[in-house]
Amino acid sequence: MAMSNTSDNKIEQKVTLKVYRENRGQDSGSHYDTFEVPYKKWTTVLDALLYIKSYMDPSVAIRYSCRMASCGSCGMKINGMPKLACYTKISELETSTIECEPLSNFPIIRDLVTDFSRFFDHHKSMEPYIESNDGNEDDTNKGTFSFYQSPEDVDKYLQFSYCIKCGLCYSACPTVGTDVNFPGPQALAQQYRYFADTRDESKKRLDIVDDRHGIWRCHFAGSCSKVCPKGVDPALGIQLLKSYMLGISKNDKVPAKKIEIDSINDSNDSKGSSNTE
Amino acid sequence: MASRTILKESQIMKIHYVTGIAAIFVVALHIMMRLVVPFEHSLEYDYIIANYKNIVYILILEAILVLISVHGFNGIRIILLELRQSRAWENMVTVVTISAMIGLIAYGTRTIILANGL
Repeated sequence: MAMSNTSDNKIEQKVTLKVYRENRGQDSGSHYDTFEVPYKKWTTVLDALLYIKSYMDPSVAIRYSCRMASCGSCGMKINGMPKLACYTKISELETSTIECEPLSNFPIIRDLVTDFSRFFDHHKSMEPYIESNDGNEDDTNKGTFSFYQSPEDVDKYLQFSYCIKCGLCYSACPTVGTDVNFPGPQALAQQYRYFADTRDESKKRLDIVDDRHGIWRCHFAGSCSKVCPKGVDPALGIQLLKSYMLGISKNDKVPAKKIEIDSINDSNDSKGSSNTE
Repeated sequence: MASRTILKESQIMKIHYVTGIAAIFVVALHIMMRLVVPFEHSLEYDYIIANYKNIVYILILEAILVLISVHGFNGIRIILLELRQSRAWENMVTVVTISAMIGLIAYGTRTIILANGL
């Protein structure tokens, strides 16, 4: 144990963190504070920031929750690139100084914490839920029926459903930087996610994004796809949606079949009994 | 989010892409027609006036004028829409770019007609 401690002490290194400081409530302007933080090969930027908060300066404002790249709360610019602090190891950055700044294209609340109101408003404006004529929420809650989708049907939208709404793509988008009414890659990719879903029967999905500041303002820089921590390709979703709107791709979506839960259970029961036999 | 306009943005963008692609072909044709004679000769007054009497050449020039004007002014409209966001600005940009487009096409067509001697 002692040996391992000695070994740990030997490999313990220090990194300099330059943290952006600004408080919207005060007119003191912005500046960077520099902290020297010990780290090991598994230390993430979020760990380092929490170390600063615990032992050096408790006033540093950060937003975080799950620490495992699931909640999307700790998005920030790390050395100029939008990244999740909990998903970025200091050792993999390979620099002696790490610059932490708030995400671009978001109003700053304090230090590294940004205001996501506009981002979520754009997301909501896409009506990000399945609209079906075949049933309503009450019916599905009762568990009386289910929708059948083949693996091919699911593949069409699956990657877009991995979005955790961390805002990194929104921060990286050059169009959002100039046009605040542009919904951004996250919202547009979500529009494609529901458009491609065979359970969704909404007729107005394409109209929602067919606006002066809608999907056509995407310049296809592709930076959204580059920074996504979940491997989603929002630029692909946007281009696919555009191809439907231009008539290059034909919307041959066959609505998902509604299957009564009882019939599924019956079929499973009969399979089970035949296996037993 | 969607606002009431005469044309949907997707329809405008279809026109934008079609005019852009068509302009490439028509301009290429125009350049090729210039290359059938030595370059200096192609710029001589008599040669140019003679071209204006050629109905095929006139049609190509008119097509270039319309395609480039529509594509170019819509491109300017898009850039200006991204520059600032307000309903008054957007309406002003749309009216000014469409007016400028119509004005340029009208002036260019007038030149073609005058040079043709119609």
